[in-house]
Amino acid sequence: MNLHALFAQLLELLLALLLAPVLVGWINQCRAWLQNRSAPPLLQPWYTLNKLFRKEVRLADNASSLFRAAPYIVFSCMALAAAVVPTLSTELIFSPAADAIALVGLFSLARVFIALAGMDVGTAFGTMGSRREMLIGFLAEPALLMVFFTASLISRSTSLATIVQTLAHSEFVIYPSLAFAGIAFVMVLLAENARVPVDNPSTHLELTMIHEAMILEYSGRHLALFEWASSLKLFAYSCLGIALFFPFGIPESSGFLALFTAGGTMLLKLIGGGFGLALIETLSAKMRVFRAPEYLGTAFLFAVLAMLVHLLLETGA
Amino acid sequence: MSETAQFFDLPITFTRQPEHVFPAWEAEADEAALEEFCIAAHRAGRRLVALWGCDKRDRQPDVPARGFALHVALDLAEGLACLTLPMDACAPRFPDLAPIFPSAGRLQRAVRDMIGAEPVSSEYPTDLRPWLRHANWPADYFPLRHDTPDASFPAQNETYGFVRVDGDGVHEVAVGPIHAGVIEPGHFRFSAMGERVLRLEERLGWKHKGIERRFVGMALAEGARLAGRVSGDTTVAYAWAYSQAAEAIAGVTPPARAIWLRALLLERERIANHLGDLGGMANDVAFSFGLMQFSRLKEDWLRLNARLFGHRYLMDRIVPGGIAIDLSASGAAELIEQCDTIQREVRALKAIYDEHAGLQDRFLTTGHLAPERARQLGTIGLVGRASDQHWDLRVDHPCAPYDELETRVATHANGDVAARALVRFAELNESLHLIRKILSGMPSGDIRCDVRSAPERRGFGWIEGWRGDVLVMVETGLDGKIRRCHCHDPSWHNWIALEHAAIDNIVPDFPVINKSFNLSYAGPDL
Repeated sequence: MNLHALFAQLLELLLALLLAPVLVGWINQCRAWLQNRSAPPLLQPWYTLNKLFRKEVRLADNASSLFRAAPYIVFSCMALAAAVVPTLSTELIFSPAADAIALVGLFSLARVFIALAGMDVGTAFGTMGSRREMLIGFLAEPALLMVFFTASLISRSTSLATIVQTLAHSEFVIYPSLAFAGIAFVMVLLAENARVPVDNPSTHLELTMIHEAMILEYSGRHLALFEWASSLKLFAYSCLGIALFFPFGIPESSGFLALFTAGGTMLLKLIGGGFGLALIETLSAKMRVFRAPEYLGTAFLFAVLAMLVHLLLETGA
Repeated sequence: MSETAQFFDLPITFTRQPEHVFPAWEAEADEAALEEFCIAAHRAGRRLVALWGCDKRDRQPDVPARGFALHVALDLAEGLACLTLPMDACAPRFPDLAPIFPSAGRLQRAVRDMIGAEPVSSEYPTDLRPWLRHANWPADYFPLRHDTPDASFPAQNETYGFVRVDGDGVHEVAVGPIHAGVIEPGHFRFSAMGERVLRLEERLGWKHKGIERRFVGMALAEGARLAGRVSGDTTVAYAWAYSQAAEAIAGVTPPARAIWLRALLLERERIANHLGDLGGMANDVAFSFGLMQFSRLKEDWLRLNARLFGHRYLMDRIVPGGIAIDLSASGAAELIEQCDTIQREVRALKAIYDEHAGLQDRFLTTGHLAPERARQLGTIGLVGRASDQHWDLRVDHPCAPYDELETRVATHANGDVAARALVRFAELNESLHLIRKILSGMPSGDIRCDVRSAPERRGFGWIEGWRGDVLVMVETGLDGKIRRCHCHDPSWHNWIALEHAAIDNIVPDFPVINKSFNLSYAGPDL
């Protein structure tokens, strides 16, 4: 372990915590512009978090300790996930410990707790949301794993740092398999982060909610932690997308200058990615809940295709 | 001597009420004759318009057999027919009409809550659960009886007998009346299997304001303002219907220019609501682009209302005797210009809606109300027209100026959310067309005449609002003030159709189905 790695790790975590709500604010701004209306401030999610943290927490009478613990567990999972993805440097202290499979596990852990918390108070909506979330989750996870496997086959490692190193720093090769994997990844990203067309993050119609339905009973700082956690999840996913498909510019060393330029390129990529996400959301309507299996099945298919393409075209004799 | 007639070869003699601008008939019947007449009307494919009760004990205190009255208004080919059933002062009762007209069920329950008259049936079990009364007042307190004092009661809880669906894996989802967003209060009880809806039961009546009781004792001219506030998005239709009733009582006909201006306002109200709904339906399937565009168009529309007529939703513009504000020639030119703009923009948006696969996938086959089912339930208005029920007062019994306008009724046979969207698009275009016709044919002259109330009279007003036909009945007392005013909202008939349209859909599709109906919560809860 060296000091640089520690510094890069801390910086990355801090950046993730700070920038995640801003990314959501940016997407909301783009969505507003694309719909011809004036946009809320970029920092609006931060203002909301600030408001929620000051508010009193109201708990249902029959809420168990799981209900109270879930926001902290989910938040920690997402913060850790955002810290594991190499964005500023591949030389991070967590990189040997957490690989792609551990990352998927981390997301699952958070999902389990948020679903349990949704059912804890026993309202119809919480249960409904948990049920739908698990339906989405168990279909999205295999697709995500397949995406990772394609990248792992290319780099012969499941370590995220190694994957990024291989893709960004070995001689330039075009991997057609990654194009398929990229499509699959974007589809999973939309589903996992409760975005249109799978879920609608801005809806007030409780009957249609998935993610929101599970956290309907939360208030105050608990709700703030969930909101922050979901923005961290989106941030982690966006960084993952960048690391896997546009890793150019992530430095191998963790010199201060390298970190600085890496931060700049990451920001540019996030701005572009956020706009792309807003564009997809503006152009599509939400699909019926029961279309989700077809949709995620397609994502899985694309991921499998990516693997086949890799095995057939890219391994070569 | 006034004109009389008999319908369906039944021995009930109706008297024509000549003061009305549409054909209105009245007659008295006993229990058996009322039931027989309703069956004959139903068999002839006619429908129930409204049903309400009146307290008459102060009129003839010495004749207890005529202590209360039940009024049943039917839509016949010959016009509006209102049957009056005298009821006993001590034990008022009337035949249960729900087996004939399903929508009568809730109207009867409301009559029971408000006036204490009970529906009875020898053949079928009668639904006697409260409808408008939510334990906010005791079961023996009847707000619309004349001798009921003003009183306040502590709020209480009362269990309501929802129909339970039993079976393996069936669970209940209860939504509202308080929702996650700031929307109208309605309680919806779903019995679902997984996501599939097996049964939906509504519980409404959370917006009770005591409007019908408030009407009592008001001056005839003053009542128009209250009638215009029964349901804010239908204020023009209510104000016009009330004014028709008041003018029938006074025996006056407003100047022709006022009538044409009223039609202009009514069509503008229809368009404003259709614009809002088309956006709202897209928003409920998370296509917020549609909401934003239609909201922009609606806002432009309302702003021009405010500029030319002085009120965004045109409240209090229609008054008994005419209309409160005239339209200048430059104003008319602006209206025409706006019609062209809106038509162009709506055409572009319709193309986007039509070609958006995701949107069409959500709209098509969702919330299907088959024409046959709509006919059985007596579904009316816009929802009815999307299920092939051709009811439209502007064509069926056109009053001036609609008798000269030749409205084309937009209908669709599919009965799903997509059909209701298409009917809205078609009606929007037709209303734009009507506005142009109205503006080109508008007569000049006065816009208002005097309305003097007359004692002991009854008048009806019947107008095709954007949801369906609005009926207002006004009765004056000996002093010429309002004795009883009943406002009937078209939503009464269509709420039960919504329960049927939701069956076999998935729970998350309910909001868009509900939005495609967009019924009034306040209108049927006075």
